Amino acid sequence: MELVCPAGNLPSLKAAVDAGADAVYLGFRDDTNARHFAGLNFSHEQLREGVGYAHARGRQVLLAINTFARPDGWARWQQAVDRAVALGVDALIIADMGVLEYAAQRYPEQRLHLSVQASATSVEALRFYHEQFGIRRAVLPRVLSLRQIEALVEKSPVEIEVFGFGSLCVMVEGRCYLSSYVTGESPNTCGACSPARFVDWQEQADGLHTRLNGILIDRFLPEEQAGYPTLCKGRFDVCGRVGYAIESPTSLNTLDLLPRLLGAGVAAVKLEGRQRSPAYVARVSRVWREAIDACRRDPAGYRPRPEWMAALDEVAEGARTTPGAYHRSWQ
Amino acid sequence: MLKLALGPIPYFWPRNEVLRFYEEMAQAPVEIIYLGETVCAKRRQLALEDWLMLGEGLAAAGKQVVLSTLTLIEAESELGALRRLCADAPFMVEANDMAAIQLLQGRDFVAGTGINVYNHLALSRLARLGLRRWVLPVELDHAALADLQRLRPAGIETEVLAWGRLPLAHAARCFTARAHGLPKDDCRFRCRDYPDGLLLKTREGQPFLNLNGIQTQSALSQCLIGELPALEALDVEVLRLIPQAQGMSEVIGLFDRVRRGDLDAAEARRRLAQLAPIGLCNGFYRGGPGMAMTVGALT
Repeated sequence: MELVCPAGNLPSLKAAVDAGADAVYLGFRDDTNARHFAGLNFSHEQLREGVGYAHARGRQVLLAINTFARPDGWARWQQAVDRAVALGVDALIIADMGVLEYAAQRYPEQRLHLSVQASATSVEALRFYHEQFGIRRAVLPRVLSLRQIEALVEKSPVEIEVFGFGSLCVMVEGRCYLSSYVTGESPNTCGACSPARFVDWQEQADGLHTRLNGILIDRFLPEEQAGYPTLCKGRFDVCGRVGYAIESPTSLNTLDLLPRLLGAGVAAVKLEGRQRSPAYVARVSRVWREAIDACRRDPAGYRPRPEWMAALDEVAEGARTTPGAYHRSWQ
Repeated sequence: MLKLALGPIPYFWPRNEVLRFYEEMAQAPVEIIYLGETVCAKRRQLALEDWLMLGEGLAAAGKQVVLSTLTLIEAESELGALRRLCADAPFMVEANDMAAIQLLQGRDFVAGTGINVYNHLALSRLARLGLRRWVLPVELDHAALADLQRLRPAGIETEVLAWGRLPLAHAARCFTARAHGLPKDDCRFRCRDYPDGLLLKTREGQPFLNLNGIQTQSALSQCLIGELPALEALDVEVLRLIPQAQGMSEVIGLFDRVRRGDLDAAEARRRLAQLAPIGLCNGFYRGGPGMAMTVGALT
């Protein structure tokens, strides 16, 4: 089982590799990838250096081109594929059928992974992308239960990668338009959810208001810890009751499910967080490296160590974690 | 003239209510009717056989009938139902997930709002597999549509969502059950109590979203009644109207009169605003936040 770690910049890439990542995933510095944040991601030269650093240590570099290209911007997505192939990345992570078509036809030898943003949740969807574009691995959306994942891996024509840790998308990825409904910009079109330039923090008499393009996402009392107004993680009023109607600020953590993921034949575990710091990347990568190694040595005797869980909780969104959809009770 | 299509019912209505609704719709001036459960596989008041029977009646009334598939496929049982629907359907099928396209390739099919077609390469690939009609993804605007219409392959119809609450997201979690403190596996079909969904408001009382089981919709209804000339100029063939519990015949009647030139769009919009559960928006098509509403000619 491979450990796939996030790299938002060169220091994070090095931190991930040094902490034991088998592969790092990253993106170019534009809207061709789903973490298009200011100051993040790689220029052509930085990617060249990053590929060199990883390859010299026997690790892989996976490049995400996983937003959806509109006709007027098509050249940018095409060039991203061309540049990535020229720099020798080990795989392209793609969501858009048009980009897949271009990459598969122009570079038939290039290894292609299906991004989580392609929203493939069943064996028939995986067969589609495998037969049409020759994908060799798919990243599963965070909507399936553990049993559903186990059943899917058994029948899948391609390798399966799942999310192990990090900020949790509640909605099926690639088909969520909540962010563009509020701001005009979404992960699909602009590579960002609830973009920072639409965020407003307002100190008011009744607490700290967090807004996204004018919509009140939450209100915090002085003793409450205020979180970033990701729009599905705010407190709202449904039937006169105020609460986290969609999801609370929390991170996914599947450390205790590792033996079953390993036993099921999951090919890779992905850690979320390209927007996080090199220190975060080093910490979560190291914990997961130790855990995967321990689980491989003795799957039956494996238990997540308390210090691993504590280390992950500390950097989790809202300082809390959940097994998410992997456990049916969460659904 | 633009054709009118009635989208699938997004909500969980009692069986008799569904049958009554389509009796009424058989008389309505829509050319196309999409049938089927697209949101939650647990809603089984109508079996596939029931939908087929309904479809036969509507086809006899002169409607083009299309069967719509579930949007989010998770369980093996859901995949089995999808395979059965795709294999047995005597009508064209609307795919709302790539699994359906895999099963439908080689036959005529529609790509619904759940299929991400953002560019001409994706459109052409699906056309080679049997695509006959596609629905513009909700977050794409007039400019993207114009490019796609210019580049679309021959023999493909384009449909645009012109009325109704926008399908914005789907999840493993049921938000209606969650609002009642219940897990999805023990949901007790609470969504049956909300024929137009369950309104989610901000903490300052602003209607924001609409919870419909595992689906999240906009609170506002997208209304493109003012954009019909622009859509016609781009050779869009079909307008999709999404069902709502009250006033659907009136909504259809207003779109019908405007497309025929019998009613002024501004007057129709004033009346549609009264028929929307909360209010109107058209921001996605105008190239801004989906929740925005802009009146006036497209520039």
